[in-house]
Amino acid sequence: MNHGKTRIILLFLALPLTLYAVLVVSPYAQAFQISLTSWSGFTAGKPFVGFDNFQRLFQDPDFWQALAHNGLLLLVVPLVTIVLGLFFAAMLNVGGSGGKVAGVRGSAFYRRVYFLPHILPVVITAVLWQFIYNPQIGLLNGGLEAIGLGGLAHSWLGDPTVALWALIGVLVWAGVGFYVVLFSAAMQSIPKDIFEAAELDGAGRFQTLTRITLPLLRETVQVAWIYLGIHALDAFALFMVLAPSGGPDNSTMVLSQYLYLSAFQKGHFGYATAIGVLLSLLSLLMTALTFGTSRKKTTIEF
Amino acid sequence: MTTPPTPPTPLRHTHHTRRTRPTAHLATGVTHALLAVWALLSTVPLLWALISAFKDNRELFGNPWRLPSAWHADNFTRAWSKASIGDYFVNTLVVVFGALALTMILGSMVAYVLARFTFPGSRLIYYTFVAGMAFPVVLALVPLFFIVKSLGLLGSYQGLILVYTAYALPFTVFFLTSFFRTLPTAVAEAALIDGASQEAIFFRVMLPMAKPGLLSVGIFNFLGMWNQYLLPVALNTDRDKYVLSQGLASLSSQQGYEADWSALFAGLVIAAVPVIALYLMLQRRIQAGLTVGMLK
Repeated sequence: MNHGKTRIILLFLALPLTLYAVLVVSPYAQAFQISLTSWSGFTAGKPFVGFDNFQRLFQDPDFWQALAHNGLLLLVVPLVTIVLGLFFAAMLNVGGSGGKVAGVRGSAFYRRVYFLPHILPVVITAVLWQFIYNPQIGLLNGGLEAIGLGGLAHSWLGDPTVALWALIGVLVWAGVGFYVVLFSAAMQSIPKDIFEAAELDGAGRFQTLTRITLPLLRETVQVAWIYLGIHALDAFALFMVLAPSGGPDNSTMVLSQYLYLSAFQKGHFGYATAIGVLLSLLSLLMTALTFGTSRKKTTIEF
Repeated sequence: MTTPPTPPTPLRHTHHTRRTRPTAHLATGVTHALLAVWALLSTVPLLWALISAFKDNRELFGNPWRLPSAWHADNFTRAWSKASIGDYFVNTLVVVFGALALTMILGSMVAYVLARFTFPGSRLIYYTFVAGMAFPVVLALVPLFFIVKSLGLLGSYQGLILVYTAYALPFTVFFLTSFFRTLPTAVAEAALIDGASQEAIFFRVMLPMAKPGLLSVGIFNFLGMWNQYLLPVALNTDRDKYVLSQGLASLSSQQGYEADWSALFAGLVIAAVPVIALYLMLQRRIQAGLTVGMLK
């Protein structure tokens, strides 16, 4: 089977590996090195300053504020999205009236509709919500007035106390449909006889959900958590469009945005890259933690 | 995708319904109400944007829940030509399809070689690609900017195509490697004995067999590339070369000065249509393609 093997390996790997090495591996490697310099981008040299950038970061209130915002996103977005996703998936798949195994009528339609916000490119979602939150022409204030709640009307993105929550709302809105579909697929892969056995044993609808369906979905939920967490650590496009300079009083500044603005507006390339290094460590740490805790428990095979 | 309801046995049925019917009906009603609420939340903003795209500026500032008195299709022509959405659209098509083609061909070549042959360094190469999925792209942004600059490719189609491809490779290679491993090799071996070259076997035998996998990862990559904002915003600084996401974002930030809101709504619709159309056509496949990466 080795006839022509060496040639095809060299032929097929040469171009993609060069591309990958130059445009992906090398920038990542350089990033770690640049984070130890005070490079401002347009000077020839990259003065080595050791861990100075990191020391300055830890004393920078803007950094801590951005980190806190990411922390909030990391907690709230996955939690709300997963709870809603599980809730709707459970409704669609085991909420029907024809027994605990059946889905509700029209569940395929619901899944299709729920997925729509997820399919939209992020920038379109962002511009769309910019309109919805707009105090003059916005759908939200108009809607609140229409149902007599005009007193709740807000300049949603202009008020530092609500701006971050407004952005969280958009992240959840765009995310839920994807997780409904994901959890639905996972629920449908659970063998039907497990549900039938539970029904025979007299388990109610709620019991079946909490004792059988949810425990069997634990691994999928974990993967979803990582995925949403990494998303929440990034969230660049949405924040850049809806709150270009970090929102009112920096109230929506997140790390990826702080990195971008430090680098491409202020020219602090070394400093910006140090933010990137910390951000990467955070997302790696989160992945490791989630996988670490999952390994300990036994998984059920079927 | 709906699960057919399994009819319970008659005996259990009578026993069961007597006890649970009223609450079960209520529960079903509540279920439907909640499901409908989220369905409205998912669609109303989109419909509102679509309808608003036909209003003139004066009506836009009126009641957002009212239909336009006259449907202004000219918003779309103005968005397409005057607001340059047409140019951005063409730029996006060139970059996305260029990068998609390159990603699919390079990605499947790497994946095939890694799946079929073991050679010194093969595992290292595989894990280098896998590791590429673990780091946030924003970390690479600053050095990447200067690399692309030194190659003279800032603000060019070629630059964006190469960068999009490079960052799409990790997942593509990861996904297709496991896909190629599942394909039977009997036909390939027979062809080899008949004197076909390894390259011919790849293009004529294995690639056609891998079509379902290529399609899934192709859809995934297409949506990701159409979606891309971070890379172009850093690397594509030339206004004439803007892709849709950049163009829309910059238009929306300029509206405060130029105040042509209706053209912006129309631009939004133009940018969303290809993705939504693709979704409606390939709904099942797209859902599978996007979730498959996570269930593996």
